Amino acid sequence: MSLWMTRLSQPPGKRHTMVEKVTVTVDALQALLDQLKGRGYRVIGPTVRDQTIVYDEIDSLAELPRGWTDEQEGGHYRLVRREDDALFGFAVGPHSWKKFLHAPIVELWKVVRNGEDVSIVAESPPDQRFAFIGVRACELHAIAIQDRVLLGGQYPDSHYRARREGAFFVAINCGEAGGTCFCQSMNTGPAVESGYDISLTEIVTESGRSFVTEAGSEAGLQVLAALPRRPAMDEEIAQAKAVISRTAAAMGRQMRSDDLRELLERNLDHPRWDDVAKRCLTCGNCTMVCPTCFCTSVEDSSDLAGETASRSRRWDSCFTMDFSYIHGGSVRASARSRYRQWMTHKLAFWVDQFGTSGCVGCGRCITWCPVGIDITEEVRAIRDSGSTEG
Amino acid sequence: MHAPDAMLPRIARIRRRRRESAQVWTLDIEADGTEASGFAPGQFNMLTVFGVGEVPISLSGDPARGTQLVHTIRAVGPVSEALVQLKPGKELGLRGPFGVGWPMAEAAGRDVLLVAGGLGLAPLRPALYRLLAGRHRFGRVRLLYGARGPEDMLFRRELASWQRRADIDIEITVDHAPSGWTGHVGVVPTLIEHAAFDPGNSIALVCGPEIMMRFAIDALRRAGMADAAIYLSTERNMKCAIGQCGHCQFGPTFVCRDGPVFRYDRLRTFLGLKEI
Ligand SMILES: Cc1cc2nc3c(=O)[nH]c(=O)nc-3n(C[C@H](O)[C@H](O)[C@H](O)COP(=O)(O)OP(=O)(O)OC[C@H]3O[C@@H](n4cnc5c(N)ncnc54)[C@H](O)[C@@H]3O)c2cc1C
Ligand code: SF4
Ligand code: SF4
Repeated sequence: MSLWMTRLSQPPGKRHTMVEKVTVTVDALQALLDQLKGRGYRVIGPTVRDQTIVYDEIDSLAELPRGWTDEQEGGHYRLVRREDDALFGFAVGPHSWKKFLHAPIVELWKVVRNGEDVSIVAESPPDQRFAFIGVRACELHAIAIQDRVLLGGQYPDSHYRARREGAFFVAINCGEAGGTCFCQSMNTGPAVESGYDISLTEIVTESGRSFVTEAGSEAGLQVLAALPRRPAMDEEIAQAKAVISRTAAAMGRQMRSDDLRELLERNLDHPRWDDVAKRCLTCGNCTMVCPTCFCTSVEDSSDLAGETASRSRRWDSCFTMDFSYIHGGSVRASARSRYRQWMTHKLAFWVDQFGTSGCVGCGRCITWCPVGIDITEEVRAIRDSGSTEG
Repeated sequence: MHAPDAMLPRIARIRRRRRESAQVWTLDIEADGTEASGFAPGQFNMLTVFGVGEVPISLSGDPARGTQLVHTIRAVGPVSEALVQLKPGKELGLRGPFGVGWPMAEAAGRDVLLVAGGLGLAPLRPALYRLLAGRHRFGRVRLLYGARGPEDMLFRRELASWQRRADIDIEITVDHAPSGWTGHVGVVPTLIEHAAFDPGNSIALVCGPEIMMRFAIDALRRAGMADAAIYLSTERNMKCAIGQCGHCQFGPTFVCRDGPVFRYDRLRTFLGLKEI
């Protein structure tokens, strides 16, 4: 059975019993990176670039945003120095792992001509395996959601699968809730529960920063076995637990989520859509930063002589006019209908289509919206108005 | 191993090309390794003109003749224009068939009313072939077809031959009639108002421009048909046809995967909303 299926079938919240918790030091973390490299992984982790924390290839721990945190609000993101030297003392930035797993541009195929003979040659996905460092609980959920979309149906996506199947996940329990985070409301965090190979919780011990660590898979167990480590002490385990409950209590946002589908389906003609349409620039930022948004478009090209032709696929956004174009005009020509499409898809219709919400409460769409439109606030406005239509 | 990649087209070749009207052509296509798997009436293929693009086009031929794929295409833009200009022998790309088609099993034992507007006759033709092939299994079969003018009618010869059959009723109307036209003039829904059928034991298959379908459905309901007995074929932008590109969303559905044919009562709420 492929890895993603094992992961998907593991109900969130259910852990292996008797998983040994160990404590590793910061140095051991460097050894982890080295080991993953040695095993042929391309190691990707958070790093500071252009005043934001992005995900990119990293060689050493020195490239992590150590001692940095982020200030996040609707339409606002700023890096600030921490008072300590925490390695993972920040929340999520504009990137998500979908950049690597569901790549922004993928070459699909090309046509090869040999005299009269014409054939179609599939472009194969890059032959590399990713190891992701510092994956958050909400992000593991987002990946599980994209798994359902891209692998769960009748026609699994071969490019996503190739990138996804061999990937190694080093998860981190969040020690800091972002100003726009609401994973607690979406039941997707802040504690990582499944879908990882190794999980870390950053704590402070006498010997400085350490990580209470667990393996979540056979592969994780093997990697962990080769690291300098010692069994976690009871007070370290308690400290790690406290980190998670502190984060859970500090969520920047909240959103009642148990009845969203019914609420939105009842309110598809609510006046609030007109209100948000006055503010929304239909720039599509929210869809680009969202870790679950999966929409794509294809583009065909050919050389001037018409001898070769190829097709590529790139991320697309439901906020563009082209997205819903059918001969004669766009189905969703107004900003009102496009914002409604995005939000109702995420929070309501995703459930019909994929049996799960399309939102994990990561807050990216709030932070990176140039005008600070806040999905939790828009839902609240509809909920509180009480004016629902049959 | 893994299932073949559904995003990869097969190579197909044009066998024959017939002009139906000023802008509409019917193409017979043969595809490499076309399995005898066939297709269901109402399904569609994704057709590619290499270097130009790919579009969804319904199958319009006889489902009993599985290796010969027939498509009827109106040239409206770059891809459809390039498709109808492909000469016999030229290659094109083909993926499919995709989608949920007409409810042929549900139609058994009932009167079947096919309501077509314009190009909407193309996706209904495979259903007609199927009905005629198993004629004894269905009640009355009636086709109501509206075209802009007599010269815009599709499959004219075939329509004429069907009109001579006793086991199918065909009513045709045109929006604009030239002198000499002796048939109906007006929109398709008016044919529904005049058609005699038993609404309690009928099933209606509706295909055409969205606005025509709305009026046709209104007329069917007024005639006493239940929402659950009305089926319609919908159109949305499509880039993948396998429920992964997001373009064809229609409320909670993907038109490519859950449609294009839907039972009306399942789409009713959303059809009533603007820009959904
Ligand atoms: C399930 C289904 C079955 C169809 N069956 C037929 C058929 O049998 N015969 C036929 O002539 N046409 C059919 N169409 C419509 C056909 O796909 C469009 O006419 C075609 O996509 C137009 O593309 P274009 O590049 O020529 O024109 P443009 O209008 O320039 O279109 C640009 C792009 O917009 C999209 N687009 C435009 N119109 C439509 C549309 N109506 N539906 C979906 N996407 C669209 C396509 O991606 C297209 O490449 C069908 C559409 C769907 C969804
Ligand atoms: S909708 Fe917003 S909060 Fe929800 S997962 Fe997407 S970016 Fe994160
Ligand atoms: S909600 Fe904000 S980020 Fe999304 S399209 Fe509108 S303006 Fe852009």
